Amino acid sequence: MGSPERAAVSGALRVSALSKRYGELEALRDVSFEAAAGELIAVLGPNGAGKTTLLSIIAGLQRPSSGTVSREPREIGWVPQQSALYAKLTVAENLRLFARLEGLADPRAAVAEMLAQTGLEDRADDPVGSLSGGNRQRVNVAIGLIADPPVLALDEPSASLDAGQRGRLWEFVAGRAAAGTTVLFSSHYGAEAQRHADRVLILDAGAIVFDGSPAELLARHPGAGDLEQAMLALLESRKASGGPA
Amino acid sequence: MRSLLVKDLLILRRSRLLVGLLVFYPIAIALLIGLAISRSPERPRVAIVDQTPAGETIQLGNQKVEVSRYARQLFSQVDAIPVSSRQEAIEKVTAAEVLAAVVIPADLAARVGSATSQGELEVIYNGDALEQSLVDAQLRSALAQANLGFSEQIQSAAARAIDALIRGGNLGVLGAPENLIGLEQIPAVLKRVIARTPAGADREALERVAAFAEFAAQNLTVSKRVLTTVGQPIRIRSTLLHGRRTPLNTFAVVVAVTVSLLFVAVLLAAGALAAEREENTLARLVRGLVSRETLLLEKGLLAAGCSLVVGLAMLAGVGAFVSLDWSRAGLWVIAAGAGALAFAALGVAIGALAREVRAASLLAFVLSLPIALLALVPAGAVGQGAYDAIGVISFAFPFKAALQGLDAAVNRSSPSLALALVHLAGLMLVFGALARIGLRRGQAA
Repeated sequence: MGSPERAAVSGALRVSALSKRYGELEALRDVSFEAAAGELIAVLGPNGAGKTTLLSIIAGLQRPSSGTVSREPREIGWVPQQSALYAKLTVAENLRLFARLEGLADPRAAVAEMLAQTGLEDRADDPVGSLSGGNRQRVNVAIGLIADPPVLALDEPSASLDAGQRGRLWEFVAGRAAAGTTVLFSSHYGAEAQRHADRVLILDAGAIVFDGSPAELLARHPGAGDLEQAMLALLESRKASGGPA
Repeated sequence: MRSLLVKDLLILRRSRLLVGLLVFYPIAIALLIGLAISRSPERPRVAIVDQTPAGETIQLGNQKVEVSRYARQLFSQVDAIPVSSRQEAIEKVTAAEVLAAVVIPADLAARVGSATSQGELEVIYNGDALEQSLVDAQLRSALAQANLGFSEQIQSAAARAIDALIRGGNLGVLGAPENLIGLEQIPAVLKRVIARTPAGADREALERVAAFAEFAAQNLTVSKRVLTTVGQPIRIRSTLLHGRRTPLNTFAVVVAVTVSLLFVAVLLAAGALAAEREENTLARLVRGLVSRETLLLEKGLLAAGCSLVVGLAMLAGVGAFVSLDWSRAGLWVIAAGAGALAFAALGVAIGALAREVRAASLLAFVLSLPIALLALVPAGAVGQGAYDAIGVISFAFPFKAALQGLDAAVNRSSPSLALALVHLAGLMLVFGALARIGLRRGQAA
């Protein structure tokens, strides 16, 4: 598992003994970790490992069968995999609506700030339905961030984006992390995690099987050429030793 | 909730095609249903060939009835197209210019007057089974009405003939003796003669004739009353047990408005809620920004408000052509508002189950139309078991209660508006609860 000293970092988010059952299926098993302010954490794992379940419980979309999350859902910005926007409304109207629903004191200022941060000022009056996938995802992330939450959870944020759009998205997200926002994101791309994440959580069959930096994972599997191969090597070794993978 | 309402209204304003369909389609359906209900049974267009000689009469004793009266009776019951020959009538039926043709034969007077055989009409049909059935029913009704009218005239003539036999006097028939003695006067005359006649066979014979005359006069008086009874054996006296005699045209207005309320509210509520799921915004909203109850309430109020506007506009518009009691407009708003809210509750329940707008709209439409039509099925139109089942379905959905409420508000019918409002409130709670469950289950899935 990861470095024990990481748990000592002041917690922007604390997840304690989370479990989630769907009938007989145990989607999450006793998941615990802490995240520091400004940390950028990648949640990796094979399909069905529990990545989306973990993020959706942290975001307040689902209730855990047991365990706790230290923050209320409203303190966590949520960016779903598919953009959750009103296609008939403009970019600015979407942002303004969620700024109002968040109860912000100055929704106009928040909208202006988000437009500036996402570089969508010139598209502010365009209907969201007319935007490209990349711009739509930027608005999607901007809505997750509009209330300036201390924690941002993104479910496979770059899944439907091309390389250029992914680059612009990560530039934006990394900027927020640098400004102190704790960012958790799930991904299928090991390279993305290797490039952008400070820390990697690897889930397998609902349990955390690795918690550490990308460098630590690569060091543990020196034969692996990149983080993705290192993750596969980790899961293979667990399988060989009788683990779930 | 205000922000969400403003957002939804903004989206509606930008969805002109949707709004157009949402407003005009229900109104079109409502008007069609209203028209179908309000329209009195159409008088069938029928070609009539009257082959009876002009001025021919049926002789009943000393009375005469013109055969042309029968044709006039028939003409008044149908949209009559007089034609000169049977062949012309057949051509008109074949060309579908008329639904049927009726041939009044030349020997009608002779047959009716013979008292041994019935008059006979020929009816010529064309068309498929449904059309034949429709024409047959309408024509039989028209002929029955004409027969009834004609038989009343014959009965009246017969009664006058009997009256002349009983009371005597002048018959008014050319060649008949004047100042005839009536049967009821004969006994008195005979009694005076008998008093002067010595006892014997002649006196006995006169006494028997006097007794017969008295008996005959009494029985013919009874016969006159019997004729009246036979002419119209059953008279209808209406007793209203439930509701009031709502004029058909104002009831049709109520039906049309209720149908509009139903479609607009159900389709809009179901579509608006399903749209939140389809655009993936539902999860974003209910994770702390808006409670599920608030979201359902917002969609319900949006749909109910829009349908109320459409319904009241329709009521006001139709009110320009149909006489409505405008002093009750406040009650219209209450009844229509309650109906709209109950329909909206049904709509959000449908929207909570569906995952996308198309599915929600289809489900809303598929459910709404039969609910509306079932609630309009009159007692006796189907078997008792089916009617009971329809009653249960109508009770479980808001259309009938909304219809009764609006009918009570517009037409003062019963059951009362208060009862309908209580029913609608109950249904609102039930469908609201179902929507709440559906929203949670849908999200968990």
